[in-house]
Amino acid sequence: MRYILDNPEKVLDLTWDHIQLVGIAILIASAIGIPLGILINRVRWLQLPVLNLSGVLYTVPSIAFFAILIPYTGIGKTTAIYALAVYSLLAIVRNTAAGMDEVDKATKDAADGMGMTKLQRLRMVELPLALPYILTGIKIATVAGIGIAVIAVVIGGGGLGRLVFDGIRTQEANPVLAGAIMSVLLAFIADFGIGRLALLFRRDLRASAERGS
Amino acid sequence: MLRNNDPLDFIDYIRDNPDKFWQLFNQHMTLVIYAVIIGLIIAVPLAILTSRVKALETPMKGLANIGQAVPSLAVLALMLPILGIGFRPSLFALTLLAILPIFLNTLVGIQSADPAVIDAARGMGTSDFQLLRMVQMPLAMPFMFAGIQTAIVQSIALATLSAYIGGGGFGDWILQGLAVRNFPILLAGAVPVAVLAMVAEIVLGLVRRMVVPKGLTV
Repeated sequence: MRYILDNPEKVLDLTWDHIQLVGIAILIASAIGIPLGILINRVRWLQLPVLNLSGVLYTVPSIAFFAILIPYTGIGKTTAIYALAVYSLLAIVRNTAAGMDEVDKATKDAADGMGMTKLQRLRMVELPLALPYILTGIKIATVAGIGIAVIAVVIGGGGLGRLVFDGIRTQEANPVLAGAIMSVLLAFIADFGIGRLALLFRRDLRASAERGS
Repeated sequence: MLRNNDPLDFIDYIRDNPDKFWQLFNQHMTLVIYAVIIGLIIAVPLAILTSRVKALETPMKGLANIGQAVPSLAVLALMLPILGIGFRPSLFALTLLAILPIFLNTLVGIQSADPAVIDAARGMGTSDFQLLRMVQMPLAMPFMFAGIQTAIVQSIALATLSAYIGGGGFGDWILQGLAVRNFPILLAGAVPVAVLAMVAEIVLGLVRRMVVPKGLTV
């Protein structure tokens, strides 16, 4: 704690760095993962291979993944973001597909009966209903990403891992603790914040269902 | 050295250094196996105790959840000022982190037993120990196995990081490759670790499917 108070600028800088790393990775992963989740919901036979492949990729230790990417994408933030995005993909794809699966068959039939096109049904019915699930996927990916991003420092990715590394170099506990505390804090904030957001949407849906609209 | 920096030459590098390869492999797997076994020995009784003593449940679960949020690299780094460098501090950190998934999964497994099943067992006059041994533990098995699987895969990753505190393992080659920008050495460390983790996940998944009865699959 003392360390954080003694070096507020450094700690905040690295925290901001960390948020950027994870944030950009999550954006990329969402941009790929949500359409992919919709795709495997539509094209059934793709489901198993896609989920299995992303599941196996997810087990590759992050440091090994970083190391394998380095010869191709170099040292630095870009590599860290790519790797983080791949890790985040699994949770987002899986939850998007699960959310789309949860949409009631009767609801979909009703939408078709109202004369909606496929795209309209997706945009106005299925995606809003799947949104809480998708957000849960993003939440899981973000919390995991915050932890994985700490390791990004070994390939020059910056972020809170820098504090942990400083501690290793000087054999001091304080910078390590500072990095750990900040990263746990970030994880809890993300967990709580995105969780709240998902709850909000869920309540919103229930409310409109009760109103009968 | 940079002349021959084709990353795919890592296969040649491993072939040229078989002794070192097996030495790193041994260090790596020793860490993983010890950590998971010690973790298992600590986590399962802890989970049983927590399932019996209601007052322990909330604090223990909270502690385990916070523990899982702490970055693993930080756990390793914190061993340095306390235990120094080498195998022992690495094993200590790995064990600490292996306890968490096994503990949480076993606890969830024990608590997942249907109250009606427990009542039925009680009605048949089982003692608390019999209830645990003959009803709750068998029902908790699939969960426990999933916890062990997570702990093994996670330990393979952590053992790589332990190279940073002198724990050895394939992380040594990754570190060395990073330090001198030698891609073959870098990948000679990274690829085996990746393969090890994937193989462990797939094989343990298959074992789980074979060992756990269909009716109990999670």
